[in-house]
Amino acid sequence: MNVLTQNFQLYGDGFLGTLRLTVYSSLLALALGVVMAGFRVAPVGALRGVGTAWVAVLRNTPLTLLFFAMLLGLPRFGVALPFELFAVLALGCYTSSFICEAVRSGINTVPLGQGEAARSLGMTFGQTLGTVVLPQAFRTVIAPVGSTLIALCKNSAIAGSFSVTELLSTYKTLNENGYSVLWSFVWIALGYLILTLAISALFHFMERRWGAAR
Amino acid sequence: MEPLIELRGVNKHYGTLHVLRDINLTVGRGEVVVVIGPSGSGKSTLCRIINRLETVESGTITLAGRNLPAEGKELARLRAEVGMVFQAFNLFGHKTVLANVMLAPLKVRGQKKDKAQARALDLLERVGLADQAAKYPAQLSGGQQQRVAIARALAMDPEALLFDEPTSALDPEMISEVLEVMRQLAQEGMTMVVVTHEMGFARSAANRVVFMAEGQIVEDRTPEEFFTAPESDRAKDFLSKILKH
Ligand SMILES: Nc1ncnc2c1ncn2[C@@H]1O[C@H](COP(=O)(O)OP(=O)(O)O)[C@@H](O)[C@H]1O
Ligand SMILES: [Mg+2]
Repeated sequence: MNVLTQNFQLYGDGFLGTLRLTVYSSLLALALGVVMAGFRVAPVGALRGVGTAWVAVLRNTPLTLLFFAMLLGLPRFGVALPFELFAVLALGCYTSSFICEAVRSGINTVPLGQGEAARSLGMTFGQTLGTVVLPQAFRTVIAPVGSTLIALCKNSAIAGSFSVTELLSTYKTLNENGYSVLWSFVWIALGYLILTLAISALFHFMERRWGAAR
Repeated sequence: MEPLIELRGVNKHYGTLHVLRDINLTVGRGEVVVVIGPSGSGKSTLCRIINRLETVESGTITLAGRNLPAEGKELARLRAEVGMVFQAFNLFGHKTVLANVMLAPLKVRGQKKDKAQARALDLLERVGLADQAAKYPAQLSGGQQQRVAIARALAMDPEALLFDEPTSALDPEMISEVLEVMRQLAQEGMTMVVVTHEMGFARSAANRVVFMAEGQIVEDRTPEEFFTAPESDRAKDFLSKILKH
């Protein structure tokens, strides 16, 4: 118990670090994922190509490799960012490929006739997607997107190995200061549990609210 | 008569299947053309290429003299000039009846909300469904849904309407309420292409009957001529089958 009370500041910073990583990366992943899903069903071949390549590359690259690629690759093009921002980019892009596939399978549950009716009324592809197809895909997408964001939260632990303040990396300091490894990890695990349960609860609420509608 | 929809030498394949073979068809402004033919003869495809829901490999499709472009905003604009009514209604499931009718005028035409709403209520009144405006499509009968779909198409003030078997998914007692709305539109001078097996409607409302078989237009004549003296064996055969019951 005293591991927590004596190191509250350290734990708190780690927890907030993980929370920030999770929130910002989630927002980036959601935005990119929806756009890429739109690309993948677009009538323009080039856009579909971009969407397909995006998913193929990011979903099949180990996240750690992606962190290295961002940290070592981007500075070569003169992009110098704080470590935390690199981490958000890596996590957000990586997760967006999973969001994209969840949204795309949601889109596939909407009957084709819905989009055809919208197009026959003169709506553009963007209008059809935004006002007719995505709103109806939304409720089937809630649960898989929730799971993906929970995975993102836990994946954010990798950022600790790249000098980003986050929850898991607190164990190094605690270990050096001679605290019990077991108890250090118990409190770390609890921190992750709080975050993932919060995401779960949020998505449960959304499913109850919108998931079973009609 | 001024030609509104013109198809010239149109061909379409699905893989190796030649679905439309060298189609030539002119629909004049204010004309009602009924398309009949056996299942699989390409009637739906004909409707869908006029609205560019499907592309064609060769030939031209013009609307009031303007060529239909292949993709993009220009196509969307021309598409809005031709309304389509589907066999499966395809009302937007997540929107109320009123919102279904208002959506395209708001999004595509950029109309003000109160204007679009007043017009939508007018149209719902016209198809006899003003009292259902706040309901969702799933709460309506098939016949009611199809009448909403017609109102939704009309809300864009299209130059022509395409109907692809609009009553085929309906229970018998609901067919006449939909046909009645269509008959009224025909009388008011709407240009219509109607795929249907309702021979009564074809006789009473159509200016011409187009008979299709295996992707070709086999006959294109007045209903009177077609029903009393079909020329081709395929039309005779088809009529004898459907008129028996
Ligand atoms: N999307 C498609 N892909 C492949 N074949 C199709 C497709 N749509 C229709 N067909 C085929 O094209 C032919 C004509 O279909 P359709 O126009 O629907 O005929 P109809 O409406 O007269 O019954 C049929 O043999 C049908 O199986
Ligand atoms: Mg058909």
